Amino acid sequence: MRLLKFGVAGLAGILALTACGQGSATKEAAAPDGKSVVRYMNFSANDGHEKDLTAIVNAFQTANPNITVQVETVPYANYFTKLQTAVAGGTAADAFELNYENFVTYASNGSLAELKSVDSSVYKKSLYDAFTSDGKQYGVPESFSNVVLFYNKALFKQAGVAEPTASWTWKDEQAAAAKLTNKGSKVWGDYQPVSYNEFYKVLAQNGGSFLNAERTEATFNSPEGVEAAKFLVEKVGKTMPTEADGAGTPDFDSKLFKSGKLAMWHTGIWMFSPMADAPFDWDVVVEPGNTRKASAMFVNGLVVNAASKNAEAAQKWISFLASSDDTTKTRLATSWELPPVADEAKLAPYLDQPKPANREAVFTALDEPVLPPVIERQQEMQDLVTAELTSAAAGRKTVEKALADAQTKVNGLLKK
Amino acid sequence: MGWKKLGWVLFFLLPSAIPLFVFTLVPMVSSLWVSLHKWNLISPMEWAGLDNYTNLLTDPMTRRVFLHTLIYVAGYLPLVYAGGLGLALALNQRLKGRAFLRATYFLPVVTSWVVVALVWKWLLNPANGLVNQLLGAIGLSGPGWWTDPQWALPAVILSSAWKDLGFVMVILLAGLQSIPSDVYEAATVDGASAWQRFWRITLPLLSPSTFFVVVISLINGFQVFDQVYVMTGGGPAGSSQVVVGQIYDLTFRYGRAGEASALSWILFALILVITVIQIRGQRKWVHYA
Repeated sequence: MRLLKFGVAGLAGILALTACGQGSATKEAAAPDGKSVVRYMNFSANDGHEKDLTAIVNAFQTANPNITVQVETVPYANYFTKLQTAVAGGTAADAFELNYENFVTYASNGSLAELKSVDSSVYKKSLYDAFTSDGKQYGVPESFSNVVLFYNKALFKQAGVAEPTASWTWKDEQAAAAKLTNKGSKVWGDYQPVSYNEFYKVLAQNGGSFLNAERTEATFNSPEGVEAAKFLVEKVGKTMPTEADGAGTPDFDSKLFKSGKLAMWHTGIWMFSPMADAPFDWDVVVEPGNTRKASAMFVNGLVVNAASKNAEAAQKWISFLASSDDTTKTRLATSWELPPVADEAKLAPYLDQPKPANREAVFTALDEPVLPPVIERQQEMQDLVTAELTSAAAGRKTVEKALADAQTKVNGLLKK
Repeated sequence: MGWKKLGWVLFFLLPSAIPLFVFTLVPMVSSLWVSLHKWNLISPMEWAGLDNYTNLLTDPMTRRVFLHTLIYVAGYLPLVYAGGLGLALALNQRLKGRAFLRATYFLPVVTSWVVVALVWKWLLNPANGLVNQLLGAIGLSGPGWWTDPQWALPAVILSSAWKDLGFVMVILLAGLQSIPSDVYEAATVDGASAWQRFWRITLPLLSPSTFFVVVISLINGFQVFDQVYVMTGGGPAGSSQVVVGQIYDLTFRYGRAGEASALSWILFALILVITVIQIRGQRKWVHYA
C-alpha cells in the first residue's frame, strides 16, 4: 500500500513537471531585470526580407534599450494555420502580423487587444481605418502592396511585339500573349493564376461585383463575371502553362519568369527585389483592364495579442515597425512592401531605385484599387472559388456551371 | 496478487500509462465534448447538441470523402496483400542475397511518409516524371496522375502500396516460416502438387498472419492522410480528399473544430464496426495450427 501511495505521488510529481514544462512556453522568455521581451510572428519577411526586418528590430532596440524583440518568421503558406493553433493553444506571440482578409476574423473572435492612444495622424487614413472593428482600433496598418503586369523586354523585342502600355485592355494582352507564346522553345506568353485573388480582380476590371453592398449575398455569377472568368480560364494551355506543366506549385511562376521563359506575369510588387538580378531587361506596367481599370491591393496590419502580458511594449514595437522613419527607409530602399505613411513625400525615394524603370506604375495602380472581398468564413470561400475555377480551367465543367456552383456554395457560407 | 505487488505493477506501468492517458484518453474524451459544440479553436465554445452530426450526415462532402476513402482501401488492400505475399513467397526460397533483398524491401516502411510522397510526386509528374517518360518510351501516353481527378487517387494508392509492401512481407514471411515443414513433406508423399500445397496448406496455415495484416491495413487505410496531404492536398478539386484530410482542413484551415471532432467519431464508429465484423468473421476462415 505504501508503494501504491509512492506510485501515485510519483504520478502527481510527473504531471506537475509536465505542467510546468508547458507553462514555460507561454511565459515570456527570461529577461534581465527591467527588460521586457516582445515575441513577434510574421510572414512578410519570409523569402528575402529577413535581414531587412532584423535591421528594423536593431533600430528599435537601440531606441528602446529595455525591450528585446524576438522574431519568428513563418512562410505565408503555413502562417495562418500556425497562428490559429498558437492562439488556440495560448502560445501565440505578443504581437503578430495579419493581412486585411484575416483581420476581420480575428477582430471578431476576441483574440486581439484594443490599441489605446495610437497616433493615427502618421498613417494613410483609409489604411488605418481598415483595422477598426466596432469602433475600436485593433491594429495598425503595417504595409501595403499591389499587383502590376511584369514583362520581359527581351522576349517582346524578339517577337517583334510592342511593349505593354497603361492604356492596354484585355484584348491587347491576349493578342500579345498569343504572339509571344512559342511552345517549341517552351516560352509562354502570360501567367496569371486561376484563383480567387485573380478572379475578384478581373471581375472588378469588367465592372462586376463579388458581393452585394450589404455583403449578405454573392453576386459574381453575372454576365460580367462569366466573361471575366473566361478571360482568366481560357489562358490556360493557350498562352499560359497548365497544372500538368507545373503551374500552381510553389515558386513555379517566379522561376519561369527569371529563367526568361515567360513574357508577361501578373504578380505583386514584392517580386521587385527577387527579380532585381534577372539576367535580362524587364519592366512593369499597370495591369490591363476591360471596361475599367482595377488593381489588386493588399494591406497587412500589426496587432497585439489579447493574452499578451507585455501589451504595452508590444504596442510600442508595432508602432515603430509600422510608422518609424527607420522602417520607412528600409522598406523603400529594399523594395519591400510599401510603408503606410500619411506623408506621401516620404515615399519619393522608392522611385529612385533603378529596376524596374516604370516604378510610377505602382502609384498609378493605387488610384483604382480593389480590395479582396471579405466574409467571416474567408478561407473556405477562397478555397471553393479557386477549386471551381480550376475545374473549369481543366475542362471538367463549363465556366457558366463553375460560377453558378461557386455562387451557390458561397451563399451557403454566408447563411451559416 | 497482493496490494504490495499491485503498487509495483502500477508504478512500472507509469511510463506508458501517462502518455496514453495524456495524449490518447484525454483528447479522445475531450473530442467527444468538442463534437457537441460549435468551436473555432479561439472563441468560447457554443453548445450545438447533435447539430454537427446531422450537418455532416446531410453534407454531400462527407459522402464524397468517405467514398474516396473506401476506394482507397479497396485499391490499396488487395495490392499490398498480393504484392506482400508474392514477395514473402519469393524471399522464403533459398535465394542468394536473400537477407539483403528483405532489408531492401523493408526500407520504404521505415522511411518518412513526407519523403516518400515527395519522391512519388516527382516520379509521377505528368509532364516530366520518370514514370510517364518510361510509358512514353514504349509508346503509351501516361495519365495526368495527381493533376487529373480520375488519377489522383490511383497515384496515392500506388505509392502507399509500394511503401507498405515491406511491412506485409515481413509479417507474412514470419507466418510462412512458422508452418512446420513436415506438413509439406506429408503432402508431397501423398502426391499433392505445388499448386495444391499452396492452396491447401500454405494459405490456410498463413491465415492468422493474413488476418493480422488485413485488420491492421484496413485500420491504417481508413486513416490515410500524410501521403494525400503531401501528394495532392486532396485535389484536384477535392477529387482525392479523404476523411482524415477533411478532418484536418475543417479544424486547421476553416476553424470548424466541432464538425471535425464529430467526423472523427463517425470515422471511429465505422472502423470499430468493420473491425468487430472482422473479428467475428475470423472463425470461419482463420485456422490456428
